[in-house]
Amino acid sequence: MEQREIICTTCPMGCHVTVTMEDGKILDVKGNTCPRGDAYARQEVTDPRRVITTTIGLTDGNVLPVKSDNAVSKNRIPEFMQKIHHVAVKPPVQIGDVLIPDIDGEGNNIVATQNATA
Amino acid sequence: MTKVDLVVIGGGPAGMGAAVAAYDAGVRDILVLERDVRLGGILEQCIHNGFGLHRFNEQLTGPEYAWRFEKELHARNIAYRLNTMVLDITEDKVVTAMNSEEGVFQIQAGAVILAMGCRERPRGALNTPGARPAGIYTAGTAQRYINIMGYMPGKKVVILGSGDIGLIMARRMTWEGAEVKMVLELMPYSGGLTRNIVQCLQDNNIPLLLSHTIVDIHGKDRVTGVTIAEVDENRRPKMETAQEVECDTILLSVGLLPENELTKKANVPLDRLTNGAYVDQRRMTEIPGIFACGNVLHVHDLVDYVNEEADIAGQGAAQYLKDGAEDTAKITVKPGNGVRYTLPQRISAVEKTTVFFRVTDVHKAVKVNVKNDEGTVLLSRRRPRVAPGEMETVVLTEKILAENVGKTISVELEEV
Repeated sequence: MEQREIICTTCPMGCHVTVTMEDGKILDVKGNTCPRGDAYARQEVTDPRRVITTTIGLTDGNVLPVKSDNAVSKNRIPEFMQKIHHVAVKPPVQIGDVLIPDIDGEGNNIVATQNATA
Repeated sequence: MTKVDLVVIGGGPAGMGAAVAAYDAGVRDILVLERDVRLGGILEQCIHNGFGLHRFNEQLTGPEYAWRFEKELHARNIAYRLNTMVLDITEDKVVTAMNSEEGVFQIQAGAVILAMGCRERPRGALNTPGARPAGIYTAGTAQRYINIMGYMPGKKVVILGSGDIGLIMARRMTWEGAEVKMVLELMPYSGGLTRNIVQCLQDNNIPLLLSHTIVDIHGKDRVTGVTIAEVDENRRPKMETAQEVECDTILLSVGLLPENELTKKANVPLDRLTNGAYVDQRRMTEIPGIFACGNVLHVHDLVDYVNEEADIAGQGAAQYLKDGAEDTAKITVKPGNGVRYTLPQRISAVEKTTVFFRVTDVHKAVKVNVKNDEGTVLLSRRRPRVAPGEMETVVLTEKILAENVGKTISVELEEV
């Protein structure tokens, strides 16, 4: 049996949730004060995900802020950062434009979060 | 001299929000003055997400949040000037500004909304001893270098202060390949949001050392390291715990100060508790027709709350332009036991008012009591947890205010 402590970040309460696991299976979730804490802790111990926010290079030498349009695998963030670093985008760019389609093989895209004029 | 009904100083979320709210309340002749090359203010460099959860019910990045308001501005054809620095405001609401196209120009405003935001507390305000090499930045400066200019300010980083910008920069620099060695916090608790401690520090295995500070900075041309030490309960360093840490960069995230130079020029009285203007429930300062909102008034935790306040100020300015200002309630609002400040500091009309306040310490399970100067408890609300880093509110109804015209109301904490 393994116990993992997760701090829920769904709201400012910051509940300390303890998840008891065995062979990758969740046996028990304790310490949360609402159902959202339970769901968060289960996701966090099995498949932690984060939205990446960073900048991408433009061909004019400037940088442009971007994000992943959904949360992507937390453990693969360094790999995604590498891919983003190796791309230079030609302006104009509109906020919401897909700049790198399907970065993770699961259908999640890197999209622009700001406009850039040509 | 050009005449404009409403001049808004600052084109960040507060300024844009206030301009839109004033327009929607009937003001048509509006001018927003912004010193940067684009609208959006500091949100433009806050490329991380988490903005807008309250306002839009979704997690936006800073530039996306700003764009929502910029679109509203465009949709209403509200005039704005970029690259324009405001130099002076008088009590009579004459605004002096300059830019490279028009030179120096003056505008007679009917009303002014101050929305200049805040500034980071710099090294000079900390009295940290040691050398003065290159490599010491405020967290926001480093954020601007990386996110807007595309430069990395360093490789091995020590961050002093666990405010949200410091935490965000710890993750940002790690993702960009730097080694963030530690975040030091003088207080026994972090000033940042729990979400940021988890997602910025724990995710990247960056230690957070509470009750620690920098006692010396080393390096001649460039920072080569710092000496850190634990502090006692009076925040004095325990020198026997001192140890050296090698680094080439120090980021400071040690607090924000409202940027009130223009406010002072207009002789607007400031509250030393908030470092912003004294305002009434419509966010009008002591000078009739001059309003303030956003971080220039008091530092907010969330931009969503800034815009709530900008709405109030925009509507207040519209009402002033229509009806003028008359104080019919004469109620003073003051912080009591356990409360650092309240905002607004006075109430000038009997109308439902949300009082924002900050507590002095972390408490679990407290009662928030609102009393008048006769000691009568007007309102009592329980809170499961309060902390200095999280703004609290109480709502004063028209009924409560009508019964307390001319009195002083205080907001205080009671342990339960």
